[in-house]
Amino acid sequence: MKISKRNAFILTAYAVFLAVSFLIEFKPGQQIGLNFSSFALTMLRIVPFAFILIGLFEVWVKRETVEKHLGEDSGIKGYLWAILLSSTTVGGIYVAFPVSYSLYRKGARLSVIFTYLSSAAITRIPMAIFEASLLGVKFTIIRFLVSLPLIILSSILLEKYLLRRGFKMSHPDAKVTPTVK
Amino acid sequence: MNEMYVLWIFTGLSLVISFAVHRGKTIQALRIALKRLLNILPPFLVMMLLVSAVLYFATDEIIAHYLGNENKYFAVLIASIIGAITFLPGFIAFPLAGLLLSKGVMYMVLAAFTTTCMMVGVVTYPIETAYMGTRATIMRNSLAFLIALIISVAVGILYGELP
Repeated sequence: MKISKRNAFILTAYAVFLAVSFLIEFKPGQQIGLNFSSFALTMLRIVPFAFILIGLFEVWVKRETVEKHLGEDSGIKGYLWAILLSSTTVGGIYVAFPVSYSLYRKGARLSVIFTYLSSAAITRIPMAIFEASLLGVKFTIIRFLVSLPLIILSSILLEKYLLRRGFKMSHPDAKVTPTVK
Repeated sequence: MNEMYVLWIFTGLSLVISFAVHRGKTIQALRIALKRLLNILPPFLVMMLLVSAVLYFATDEIIAHYLGNENKYFAVLIASIIGAITFLPGFIAFPLAGLLLSKGVMYMVLAAFTTTCMMVGVVTYPIETAYMGTRATIMRNSLAFLIALIISVAVGILYGELP
Protein backbone atom coordinates (compact mmCIF):
# COMPACT_ATOMS: atom_id res chain seq x y z
CA MET A 1 0.00 0.00 0.00
CA LYS A 2 1.34 3.38 -1.00
CA ILE A 3 0.24 6.39 0.96
CA SER A 4 1.11 10.00 0.26
CA LYS A 5 2.54 12.09 3.09
CA ARG A 6 -0.46 14.39 2.97
CA ASN A 7 -2.98 11.58 3.30
CA ALA A 8 -0.95 9.92 6.05
CA PHE A 9 -0.95 13.20 7.97
CA ILE A 10 -4.70 13.81 7.48
CA LEU A 11 -5.61 10.29 8.55
CA THR A 12 -3.35 10.30 11.59
CA ALA A 13 -4.68 13.67 12.74
CA TYR A 14 -8.22 12.39 12.27
CA ALA A 15 -7.55 9.22 14.27
CA VAL A 16 -6.04 11.28 17.09
CA PHE A 17 -9.03 13.66 17.01
CA LEU A 18 -11.47 10.75 17.31
CA ALA A 19 -9.47 9.06 20.09
CA VAL A 20 -9.30 12.29 22.10
CA SER A 21 -13.01 12.99 21.46
CA PHE A 22 -14.01 9.64 22.92
CA LEU A 23 -11.58 10.04 25.79
CA ILE A 24 -12.87 13.44 26.95
CA GLU A 25 -16.43 12.77 25.73
CA PHE A 26 -16.42 15.60 23.19
CA LYS A 27 -19.91 15.16 21.69
CA PRO A 28 -19.36 16.46 18.11
CA GLY A 29 -16.21 14.35 17.79
CA GLN A 30 -18.03 11.28 19.04
CA GLN A 31 -20.85 11.86 16.56
CA ILE A 32 -18.37 12.21 13.70
CA GLY A 33 -16.74 8.95 14.81
CA LEU A 34 -20.11 7.19 14.75
CA ASN A 35 -20.83 8.63 11.29
CA PHE A 36 -17.51 7.27 10.12
CA SER A 37 -18.14 3.79 11.44
CA SER A 38 -21.64 3.54 9.99
CA PHE A 39 -20.42 4.71 6.58
CA ALA A 40 -17.47 2.31 6.83
CA LEU A 41 -19.90 -0.53 7.47
CA THR A 42 -21.85 0.32 4.33
CA MET A 43 -18.64 0.50 2.32
CA LEU A 44 -17.49 -2.87 3.65
CA ARG A 45 -20.64 -4.44 2.33
CA ILE A 46 -20.06 -3.09 -1.17
CA VAL A 47 -16.48 -2.21 -2.00
CA PRO A 48 -14.66 -5.59 -1.57
CA PHE A 49 -17.23 -7.28 -3.81
CA ALA A 50 -16.98 -4.55 -6.41
CA PHE A 51 -13.20 -4.99 -6.52
CA ILE A 52 -13.52 -8.79 -6.89
CA LEU A 53 -15.75 -8.18 -9.91
CA ILE A 54 -13.19 -5.72 -11.26
CA GLY A 55 -10.48 -8.38 -10.85
CA LEU A 56 -12.59 -10.95 -12.70
CA PHE A 57 -13.30 -8.40 -15.43
CA GLU A 58 -9.55 -7.78 -15.82
CA VAL A 59 -8.69 -11.44 -16.34
CA TRP A 60 -11.70 -12.60 -18.36
CA VAL A 61 -12.81 -9.77 -20.61
CA LYS A 62 -10.73 -9.41 -23.76
CA ARG A 63 -9.32 -6.07 -24.73
CA GLU A 64 -10.77 -6.44 -28.23
CA THR A 65 -14.28 -6.81 -26.81
CA VAL A 66 -14.05 -3.57 -24.84
CA GLU A 67 -12.39 -1.76 -27.75
CA LYS A 68 -15.10 -2.89 -30.14
CA HIS A 69 -18.07 -1.93 -27.97
CA LEU A 70 -16.70 1.01 -25.97
CA GLY A 71 -13.68 2.10 -27.98
CA GLU A 72 -12.91 4.75 -30.60
CA ASP A 73 -15.18 3.30 -33.28
CA SER A 74 -18.06 2.24 -31.05
CA GLY A 75 -20.17 5.26 -32.06
CA ILE A 76 -23.50 5.94 -30.42
CA LYS A 77 -23.74 2.33 -29.24
CA GLY A 78 -20.76 2.89 -26.96
CA TYR A 79 -22.68 5.57 -25.07
CA LEU A 80 -25.75 3.38 -24.82
CA TRP A 81 -23.63 0.57 -23.36
CA ALA A 82 -22.10 3.02 -20.91
CA ILE A 83 -25.53 4.16 -19.73
CA LEU A 84 -26.76 0.56 -19.45
CA LEU A 85 -23.65 -0.39 -17.49
CA SER A 86 -24.04 2.63 -15.21
CA SER A 87 -27.58 1.61 -14.32
CA THR A 88 -26.21 -1.57 -12.75
CA THR A 89 -23.62 0.24 -10.62
CA VAL A 90 -23.99 -0.56 -6.94
CA GLY A 91 -23.03 1.81 -4.15
CA GLY A 92 -22.09 5.15 -5.57
CA ILE A 93 -19.72 7.05 -7.75
CA TYR A 94 -16.84 5.83 -5.58
CA VAL A 95 -17.37 2.36 -7.11
CA ALA A 96 -17.65 3.82 -10.59
CA PHE A 97 -14.08 5.24 -10.53
CA PRO A 98 -12.21 1.92 -10.18
CA VAL A 99 -14.55 0.41 -12.78
CA SER A 100 -13.76 3.29 -15.16
CA TYR A 101 -10.08 2.67 -14.67
CA SER A 102 -10.48 -0.96 -15.75
CA LEU A 103 -12.50 0.08 -18.78
CA TYR A 104 -9.83 2.63 -19.67
CA ARG A 105 -7.04 0.05 -19.47
CA LYS A 106 -9.00 -2.25 -21.75
CA GLY A 107 -9.37 0.42 -24.41
CA ALA A 108 -12.66 2.21 -23.76
CA ARG A 109 -12.66 5.76 -25.08
CA LEU A 110 -12.69 8.66 -22.62
CA SER A 111 -16.06 10.09 -23.64
CA VAL A 112 -17.67 6.69 -23.02
CA ILE A 113 -15.99 6.50 -19.63
CA PHE A 114 -17.17 9.98 -18.64
CA THR A 115 -20.68 9.11 -19.80
CA TYR A 116 -20.56 6.02 -17.62
CA LEU A 117 -19.29 7.99 -14.61
CA SER A 118 -21.84 10.77 -14.80
CA SER A 119 -24.84 8.67 -15.70
CA ALA A 120 -24.05 6.36 -12.77
CA ALA A 121 -25.34 9.31 -10.76
CA ILE A 122 -28.68 9.37 -12.55
CA THR A 123 -29.60 5.92 -13.78
CA ARG A 124 -28.76 3.41 -11.05
CA ILE A 125 -31.81 1.16 -11.13
CA PRO A 126 -32.56 0.88 -7.38
CA MET A 127 -32.13 4.64 -6.99
CA ALA A 128 -34.32 5.46 -9.98
CA ILE A 129 -37.12 3.26 -8.63
CA PHE A 130 -36.74 4.87 -5.23
CA GLU A 131 -36.81 8.34 -6.76
CA ALA A 132 -39.87 7.64 -8.91
CA SER A 133 -41.84 6.26 -5.98
CA LEU A 134 -41.02 9.21 -3.70
CA LEU A 135 -40.97 12.15 -6.10
CA GLY A 136 -43.13 10.85 -8.93
CA VAL A 137 -42.48 9.15 -12.28
CA LYS A 138 -42.74 12.47 -14.12
CA PHE A 139 -39.83 13.86 -12.08
CA THR A 140 -37.62 10.86 -12.87
CA ILE A 141 -38.50 10.89 -16.57
CA ILE A 142 -37.67 14.59 -16.89
CA ARG A 143 -34.37 14.02 -15.13
CA PHE A 144 -33.46 11.12 -17.42
CA LEU A 145 -34.47 12.82 -20.66
CA VAL A 146 -32.77 16.12 -19.90
CA SER A 147 -29.61 14.77 -18.33
CA LEU A 148 -28.56 11.87 -20.56
CA PRO A 149 -28.11 13.86 -23.81
CA LEU A 150 -26.30 16.59 -21.86
CA ILE A 151 -24.07 14.00 -20.20
CA ILE A 152 -23.11 12.48 -23.55
CA LEU A 153 -22.49 15.92 -25.08
CA SER A 154 -20.38 17.12 -22.15
CA SER A 155 -18.42 13.86 -22.14
CA ILE A 156 -17.54 14.31 -25.81
CA LEU A 157 -16.39 17.88 -25.16
CA LEU A 158 -14.43 16.77 -22.10
CA GLU A 159 -12.69 14.06 -24.12
CA LYS A 160 -11.72 16.52 -26.85
CA TYR A 161 -10.37 18.99 -24.33
CA LEU A 162 -8.44 16.45 -22.27
CA LEU A 163 -6.91 14.58 -25.21
CA ARG A 164 -5.53 17.83 -26.56
CA ARG A 165 -3.73 18.15 -23.25
CA GLY A 166 -2.34 14.64 -23.26
CA PHE A 167 -4.59 13.31 -20.52
CA LYS A 168 -4.02 9.84 -19.10
CA MET A 169 -5.92 8.06 -16.36
CA SER A 170 -3.75 6.73 -13.58
CA HIS A 171 -3.83 4.40 -10.65
CA PRO A 172 -1.52 4.15 -7.65
CA ASP A 173 -0.54 0.61 -8.68
CA ALA A 174 -0.44 1.22 -12.43
CA LYS A 175 3.19 0.17 -12.64
CA VAL A 176 2.95 -3.06 -10.65
CA THR A 177 -0.28 -4.59 -11.94
CA PRO A 178 0.57 -7.35 -14.42
CA THR A 179 -0.82 -6.69 -17.86
CA VAL A 180 -3.54 -9.21 -18.50
CA LYS A 181 -4.48 -10.22 -22.00
CA MET B 1 -30.89 -3.34 1.04
CA ASN B 2 -31.80 -5.67 -1.80
CA GLU B 3 -29.17 -4.33 -4.14
CA MET B 4 -26.47 -5.59 -1.79
CA TYR B 5 -27.82 -9.14 -1.84
CA VAL B 6 -27.81 -8.98 -5.63
CA LEU B 7 -24.19 -7.83 -5.54
CA TRP B 8 -23.14 -10.55 -3.10
CA ILE B 9 -24.88 -13.36 -4.95
CA PHE B 10 -23.64 -12.14 -8.33
CA THR B 11 -20.06 -11.84 -7.07
CA GLY B 12 -20.20 -15.27 -5.38
CA LEU B 13 -21.58 -16.99 -8.47
CA SER B 14 -19.05 -15.29 -10.75
CA LEU B 15 -16.22 -16.42 -8.49
CA VAL B 16 -17.44 -20.03 -8.37
CA ILE B 17 -17.88 -20.21 -12.14
CA SER B 18 -14.53 -18.54 -12.76
CA PHE B 19 -12.83 -20.92 -10.36
CA ALA B 20 -14.40 -23.95 -12.04
CA VAL B 21 -13.27 -22.80 -15.48
CA HIS B 22 -9.77 -21.62 -14.63
CA ARG B 23 -8.22 -21.75 -11.22
CA GLY B 24 -5.08 -19.76 -11.99
CA LYS B 25 -6.95 -16.91 -13.63
CA THR B 26 -9.33 -16.67 -10.68
CA ILE B 27 -6.48 -16.43 -8.20
CA GLN B 28 -4.90 -13.77 -10.39
CA ALA B 29 -8.21 -11.89 -10.40
CA LEU B 30 -8.33 -11.95 -6.61
CA ARG B 31 -4.74 -10.72 -6.47
CA ILE B 32 -5.58 -7.81 -8.76
CA ALA B 33 -8.67 -7.05 -6.65
CA LEU B 34 -6.68 -6.98 -3.42
CA LYS B 35 -3.84 -4.92 -4.84
CA ARG B 36 -6.15 -2.34 -6.40
CA LEU B 37 -8.19 -2.08 -3.23
CA LEU B 38 -5.18 -1.63 -0.96
CA ASN B 39 -3.62 0.99 -3.19
CA ILE B 40 -6.73 3.13 -3.36
CA LEU B 41 -7.51 2.66 0.33
CA PRO B 42 -5.85 5.88 1.63
CA PRO B 43 -7.91 8.20 -0.66
CA PHE B 44 -10.97 6.10 0.20
CA LEU B 45 -10.37 6.66 3.89
CA VAL B 46 -9.93 10.39 3.35
CA MET B 47 -13.26 10.45 1.52
CA MET B 48 -14.93 8.61 4.41
CA LEU B 49 -13.43 11.10 6.82
CA LEU B 50 -14.92 13.98 4.84
CA VAL B 51 -18.30 12.23 4.66
CA SER B 52 -18.36 11.70 8.43
CA ALA B 53 -17.71 15.39 9.00
CA VAL B 54 -20.20 16.60 6.38
CA LEU B 55 -22.94 14.35 7.80
CA TYR B 56 -22.39 15.97 11.16
CA PHE B 57 -22.83 19.53 9.89
CA ALA B 58 -25.51 18.96 7.23
CA THR B 59 -28.40 17.76 9.36
CA ASP B 60 -31.93 17.32 7.99
CA GLU B 61 -33.02 20.52 9.74
CA ILE B 62 -30.28 22.62 8.19
CA ILE B 63 -30.95 21.22 4.71
CA ALA B 64 -34.71 21.79 5.15
CA HIS B 65 -34.06 25.32 6.34
CA TYR B 66 -32.00 26.35 3.32
CA LEU B 67 -34.00 24.49 0.67
CA GLY B 68 -37.23 26.03 1.90
CA ASN B 69 -36.01 29.57 1.20
CA GLU B 70 -38.70 31.84 -0.20
CA ASN B 71 -36.60 33.20 -3.04
CA LYS B 72 -36.73 30.29 -5.51
CA TYR B 73 -33.60 31.23 -7.41
CA PHE B 74 -31.64 31.49 -4.20
CA ALA B 75 -33.14 28.18 -3.04
CA VAL B 76 -32.03 26.42 -6.24
CA LEU B 77 -28.54 27.85 -5.97
CA ILE B 78 -28.11 26.97 -2.31
CA ALA B 79 -29.65 23.50 -2.91
CA SER B 80 -27.13 22.75 -5.62
CA ILE B 81 -24.25 23.94 -3.46
CA ILE B 82 -25.40 21.86 -0.48
CA GLY B 83 -25.95 18.89 -2.81
CA ALA B 84 -22.45 19.25 -4.25
CA ILE B 85 -20.82 19.35 -0.83
CA THR B 86 -22.85 16.71 0.92
CA PHE B 87 -22.61 13.13 -0.01
CA LEU B 88 -25.82 11.41 0.90
CA PRO B 89 -26.37 7.83 -0.17
CA GLY B 90 -29.47 7.54 -2.38
CA PHE B 91 -31.43 5.71 0.28
CA ILE B 92 -31.05 8.77 2.51
CA ALA B 93 -31.20 11.52 -0.13
CA PHE B 94 -34.48 10.49 -1.76
CA PRO B 95 -36.50 9.92 1.43
CA LEU B 96 -35.19 13.29 2.59
CA ALA B 97 -36.30 14.80 -0.73
CA GLY B 98 -39.72 13.16 -0.28
CA LEU B 99 -39.98 14.65 3.19
CA LEU B 100 -38.98 18.10 1.92
CA LEU B 101 -41.57 17.85 -0.85
CA SER B 102 -44.30 17.26 1.71
CA LYS B 103 -43.06 20.37 3.52
CA GLY B 104 -43.63 22.40 0.37
CA VAL B 105 -40.15 22.58 -1.09
CA MET B 106 -40.33 23.06 -4.86
CA TYR B 107 -39.62 20.30 -7.38
CA MET B 108 -36.92 22.31 -9.10
CA VAL B 109 -35.10 22.83 -5.81
CA LEU B 110 -35.25 19.10 -5.11
CA ALA B 111 -34.01 18.35 -8.64
CA ALA B 112 -31.00 20.62 -8.09
CA PHE B 113 -30.35 19.02 -4.71
CA THR B 114 -30.63 15.33 -5.65
CA THR B 115 -28.77 15.74 -8.94
CA THR B 116 -25.78 17.57 -7.50
CA CYS B 117 -25.85 15.18 -4.56
CA MET B 118 -25.21 12.25 -6.90
CA MET B 119 -23.25 13.86 -9.71
CA VAL B 120 -21.00 16.45 -8.13
CA GLY B 121 -18.63 15.23 -5.47
CA VAL B 122 -16.64 17.55 -3.27
CA VAL B 123 -16.02 14.75 -0.77
CA THR B 124 -15.14 12.23 -3.49
CA TYR B 125 -12.47 14.64 -4.74
CA PRO B 126 -9.61 12.62 -3.12
CA ILE B 127 -10.64 9.45 -4.98
CA GLU B 128 -11.50 11.13 -8.25
CA THR B 129 -8.16 12.93 -8.44
CA ALA B 130 -6.32 9.67 -7.65
CA TYR B 131 -7.70 8.24 -10.91
CA MET B 132 -8.36 11.29 -13.04
CA GLY B 133 -5.96 13.96 -11.90
CA THR B 134 -6.91 17.44 -10.77
CA ARG B 135 -7.81 19.02 -14.10
CA ALA B 136 -10.22 16.35 -15.31
CA THR B 137 -11.83 16.16 -11.88
CA ILE B 138 -12.52 19.87 -11.72
CA MET B 139 -13.77 19.96 -15.31
CA ARG B 140 -16.10 16.97 -14.90
CA ASN B 141 -17.57 18.29 -11.67
CA SER B 142 -18.09 21.79 -13.07
CA LEU B 143 -19.88 20.39 -16.11
CA ALA B 144 -21.98 18.14 -13.86
CA PHE B 145 -22.92 21.17 -11.75
CA LEU B 146 -24.02 23.00 -14.88
CA ILE B 147 -26.06 20.01 -16.04
CA ALA B 148 -27.75 19.85 -12.63
CA LEU B 149 -28.78 23.51 -12.96
CA ILE B 150 -30.18 22.88 -16.45
CA ILE B 151 -32.16 19.89 -15.14
CA SER B 152 -33.47 22.08 -12.35
CA VAL B 153 -34.66 24.73 -14.83
CA ALA B 154 -36.30 22.05 -17.01
CA VAL B 155 -38.09 20.59 -13.99
CA GLY B 156 -39.14 24.09 -12.92
CA ILE B 157 -40.68 24.86 -16.32
CA LEU B 158 -42.42 21.49 -16.67
CA TYR B 159 -43.89 21.68 -13.17
CA GLY B 160 -45.04 25.24 -13.70
CA GLU B 161 -42.71 26.65 -11.06
CA LEU B 162 -40.88 28.81 -13.60
CA PRO B 163 -40.85 31.56 -14.70
